[in-house]
Amino acid sequence: MRYEAPETIEGAVKLLAGGGPRGRVLAGGTDLLVQLRASMIAPELVVDIKRIDETREIREEGGRLVIGAAVTGAELGEHAAAKAMWPGVVESAELIGSTQIQGRASLAGNLCNASPAADTVPALVAAAAQCRIAGPGGVRRLPVEEVCTGPGQLSLDDGEFVVAFEFPERPPHSADAYLRFIPRTEMDIAVVGAGVSLSFDDSGRCAAARVALGAVAPTVILVEEAGRALVGTECDDAALQNMAAAASAACRPIDDKRGTVEYRTKVAGVLATRAAKIAAQRAKGAR
Amino acid sequence: MAKAHVTTTVNGDPVEFLCDAEQTLLDVLRDELYLTGSKEGCGSGDCGACSVIVDDRLVCACLMLGVEAEGHSIETIEGMANGDQLHPLQTKFLEHAALQCGVCTPGILVAAKSLLERNPDPTEIEVRYWLAGNLCRCTGYDKIVRAVLDTAQEMRGG
Ligand SMILES: Cc1cc2nc3c(=O)[nH]c(=O)nc-3n(C[C@H](O)[C@H](O)[C@H](O)COP(=O)(O)OP(=O)(O)OC[C@H]3O[C@@H](n4cnc5c(N)ncnc54)[C@H](O)[C@@H]3O)c2cc1C
Ligand code: FES
Ligand code: FES
Repeated sequence: MRYEAPETIEGAVKLLAGGGPRGRVLAGGTDLLVQLRASMIAPELVVDIKRIDETREIREEGGRLVIGAAVTGAELGEHAAAKAMWPGVVESAELIGSTQIQGRASLAGNLCNASPAADTVPALVAAAAQCRIAGPGGVRRLPVEEVCTGPGQLSLDDGEFVVAFEFPERPPHSADAYLRFIPRTEMDIAVVGAGVSLSFDDSGRCAAARVALGAVAPTVILVEEAGRALVGTECDDAALQNMAAAASAACRPIDDKRGTVEYRTKVAGVLATRAAKIAAQRAKGAR
Repeated sequence: MAKAHVTTTVNGDPVEFLCDAEQTLLDVLRDELYLTGSKEGCGSGDCGACSVIVDDRLVCACLMLGVEAEGHSIETIEGMANGDQLHPLQTKFLEHAALQCGVCTPGILVAAKSLLERNPDPTEIEVRYWLAGNLCRCTGYDKIVRAVLDTAQEMRGG
């Protein structure tokens, strides 16, 4: 195995697109090293992107938040401005693993490991975040929900990698939230995860809503029906019930020791409701 | 494949080593630098026995490559005592009998040190969450948590 740590985006693209065997991107390594050591993967080239400045920064670009691909959960949790703008995204990142894992784990690694249960992905999808992707053809943007196509499967082309996440502008009275269900309080894989992002108009009606679910389908899903059930309402109990029904209806989960199909389907609606209530409360407290 | 040449700081001293790209930081610490205080309990990020501090962040040395250490500063359990003088956490762990076999202890001490550097007055809940990635299979967590809280109090001058 060869290890390279380029300092520029172009350098990384050149290595990854090198024509040889496909290289693996290394961010925090909390998934990659586990897979390497279990001999699940045996890459000939590992490209560490952490020495590229753009992957390490949290910035505001014209009122929009941009989070570097390799920013760690711990760094995100300490960033007051990011937390104020996207509390749901930050809380999803802070749920990953232990203190030690927090010191390394990144958003892009969580997304590109392509687990259906990845904690930050429903929050990123609800937030309508886009990936800034660099590759041999230049830079392109892709909504987060279009990056994974199945467990372990990505829509990225050879030589491409995620440089950063771009978030939309935040209108007043907006907030997001993420909740996951696990059988213990720490260090476990989500049985269901739910991310909700809401915006309200000045009269208190929901102007925009996005609901995304994790661990209930081969990829994280954006449930547009569930969002629509809230738009135009005050997110009262009846609207929340419709939203929960739409969320549950969209589930296509697996049966395993963590939860049955029936259980996951039901919990998806419950969690989405709770996350929506938290997001609504936060939005009322926001600007 | 030629070995990589890596320049780092370990426990305040400049250190250079050669390693293969596959070697983890934990492999390097133990097998190349003979700093065997950091333990391998699981090798998969679950147990925390390999905890070290890299540029002021607590990490699992088993989930970092040795080559990634280039230019960074690493603190291990070997740097915790000052010569013969134990760190207050080490003294309190002995006083509270917060260890039995000791395999988890170096990782827990390093993790607790990193907590107290950030938060000199943690609550019991904060200590338990901070140490959630450090497993102990024999002592049980109460003595460990009490030793950490007692150290914090002593270091605050109380
Ligand atoms: C003990 C433990 C507990 C964990 N707990 C949780 C948890 O609670 N919730 C959860 O969701 N996950 C959890 N994880 C999994 C893991 O920590 C997360 O998925 C983490 O976010 C991965 O980020 P990373 O930076 O370490 O990724 P890496 O391991 O560096 O990379 C992961 C994958 O993504 C690819 N990749 C990385 N960055 C990019 C990029 N910029 N562009 C393209 N591809 C890229 C890599 O090639 C690799 O295939 C846990 C892991 C461990 C070891
Ligand atoms: S050996 Fe590193 S966490 Fe267990
Ligand atoms: S003292 Fe044996 S594992 Fe903790």
